[in-house]
Amino acid sequence: MSTKVIQALYNDDDILMDAVKETRKAHHHIEEVYTPFPVHGLDKAMGLAPTRIAIASFLYGCVGLSIATWMMNFIMIQDWPQDIGGKPSFSYIENMPAFVPIMFELTVFFAAHLMVITFYMRSKLWPFKQAENPDVRTTDDHFLMEVAVHDNEEELSDFLKKTGAVEIKVVEKH
Amino acid sequence: MYTFSSKLKVFSFVLIIVGLLGIGYSFISAPKTTADVEKILEAEAHAHHGAHDAHAHDTHGHDTHSAEAHAEHEEHLNHVLHQLQNKPWAALYVAAIFFMLISLGVLAFYAIQNVAQAGWSPVLFRVMQGITAYLPWGSALFFILLILSAFHFNHLFVWMDPDLVNPESPKFDKLINGKKGYLDEWFWLIRAAVFIIGWNLYRYFSRKNCLAQDEASDNAFYKKNFNISAGFLVFFIVTESIMSWDWIMSVDPHWFSTLFGWYVFASFFVSGITVIAMVTLYLKSRGYLEHVNTSHIHDLAKFMFGISVFWTYLWFSQFMLIWYSNIPEEVTYYVTRIEQYNLPFFGMVAMNFIFPFLILINTDFKRITWILVMAGIVILLGHYVDFFNMIMPATVGDKWFIGIGELSSLLFFLGLFILIVFTALTKAPLLPKRNPFIEESKHFHY
Repeated sequence: MSTKVIQALYNDDDILMDAVKETRKAHHHIEEVYTPFPVHGLDKAMGLAPTRIAIASFLYGCVGLSIATWMMNFIMIQDWPQDIGGKPSFSYIENMPAFVPIMFELTVFFAAHLMVITFYMRSKLWPFKQAENPDVRTTDDHFLMEVAVHDNEEELSDFLKKTGAVEIKVVEKH
Repeated sequence: MYTFSSKLKVFSFVLIIVGLLGIGYSFISAPKTTADVEKILEAEAHAHHGAHDAHAHDTHGHDTHSAEAHAEHEEHLNHVLHQLQNKPWAALYVAAIFFMLISLGVLAFYAIQNVAQAGWSPVLFRVMQGITAYLPWGSALFFILLILSAFHFNHLFVWMDPDLVNPESPKFDKLINGKKGYLDEWFWLIRAAVFIIGWNLYRYFSRKNCLAQDEASDNAFYKKNFNISAGFLVFFIVTESIMSWDWIMSVDPHWFSTLFGWYVFASFFVSGITVIAMVTLYLKSRGYLEHVNTSHIHDLAKFMFGISVFWTYLWFSQFMLIWYSNIPEEVTYYVTRIEQYNLPFFGMVAMNFIFPFLILINTDFKRITWILVMAGIVILLGHYVDFFNMIMPATVGDKWFIGIGELSSLLFFLGLFILIVFTALTKAPLLPKRNPFIEESKHFHY
């Protein structure tokens, strides 16, 4: 079954913001908005839920810290506690200052890289991914709002025209 | 205009009076002679080891080496006497330098905001100026303490003992003698005077220009303030570094560390920012700061978080480099601290790093008043302990205690700080009128 969407193109982010607010007020469902650059406050205007990626990153950092601690405790203290230059290897805490640079770096490494990978997975981004751009102009100087149609095509396109759209397209989506 | 609430005024007077009484008591109760010290040590020995040890000590005194042992014992008593006599002085010194440096940290932050042309902070400028109003008073009191030290009213600075640089004396110290070109009482006092006068001049003129800008018809005073702020920051970073050697590092004249100035700076800078946040929250809760919103508070909280981590970075860098290489002349500094100051030394890392790190990492928490106040109190106490750890081991050694002397010095300076800061806040409107960035600052939103 195919569904119809209306794609309204704007050429100014201020007009787009107002259009998004009006569309939400009129209870039309915004499927997606395509912009060439981040528009400050757009997520709030669209009512998108806040991201939880910072929480994920914090947890990844905890994993990195644990792995660093476990690794160095096993290698330097448990497995083969050698005397290297008089450093005390009797317990982890006694030699901890020497391990802190690694604990710090691994925490940052895990927090950063796993967060980026999480971002790629959640946004479905990968090297040979087919681009989902509905109109090439949206990467340059146009903004596009996609609104779902439910037997109200006429009314909806009139409404979107009034919000300042420079172009209205009705598209069949598969 | 802000009006000083009578409750807070009375509170600050109570703190000052209680503090003064406690300071007076701690000076009176300090031992005067070695005989007093002997009594104290005996009482301690009884409390710690019971009668048996004291008895063993007595019999030891009667052996063949009794004359030598007696001289050694006398020397020990003298040493402990100096430590105990230093205690009230050191308590006063730590509290005095802590509060003075807080207002200096606020002044540095204020100068940075001016020079950086920050768009968010101008609504807080009058709060910062109010806090720096403590600087003239605090630095004058501190300078008096320095003069008293230089004229041998106390033994806080061991290098001031003339015997140490006298080759004829049995106490002659080659290392301190080598530093006498720098560590000289008069040179030291003149340096201190120059630093304190320089900071106060900047504070005086930047305040004056800021008030004049309110009434001006152009931005000439704003530009003037920009220029003197840039000049002050250059002066500040040089004098701050030397100040940290003179007033803090020189209590341990055998020890030296190159990043010490930065470390001290980070400590009082984060305390200063925390005080800005706390005073702002207080004034906001009383309804005086109309244009301050949670985004301003959020920014201050981010600074508290970031500079706390910066302090930890410097603390750890200094500690780890010395711990790792373990060179005897450097490492004694940490050996005494870890052996005799274990809880304060590591406790402050928990208070200054772990607690603020875990609390202030959350964006939502950075806007919640009670969380910020709690984190702020912990940070301020933690940095008091930091200064305590810097001064006490060299001046009172293992005789340290956070007792009446220390607490009442803290209360006295806290009362004075509240009284001066909130009096200064009543002197000018809390919102600068014609600052070029004031509109942006009023509508700051993050």
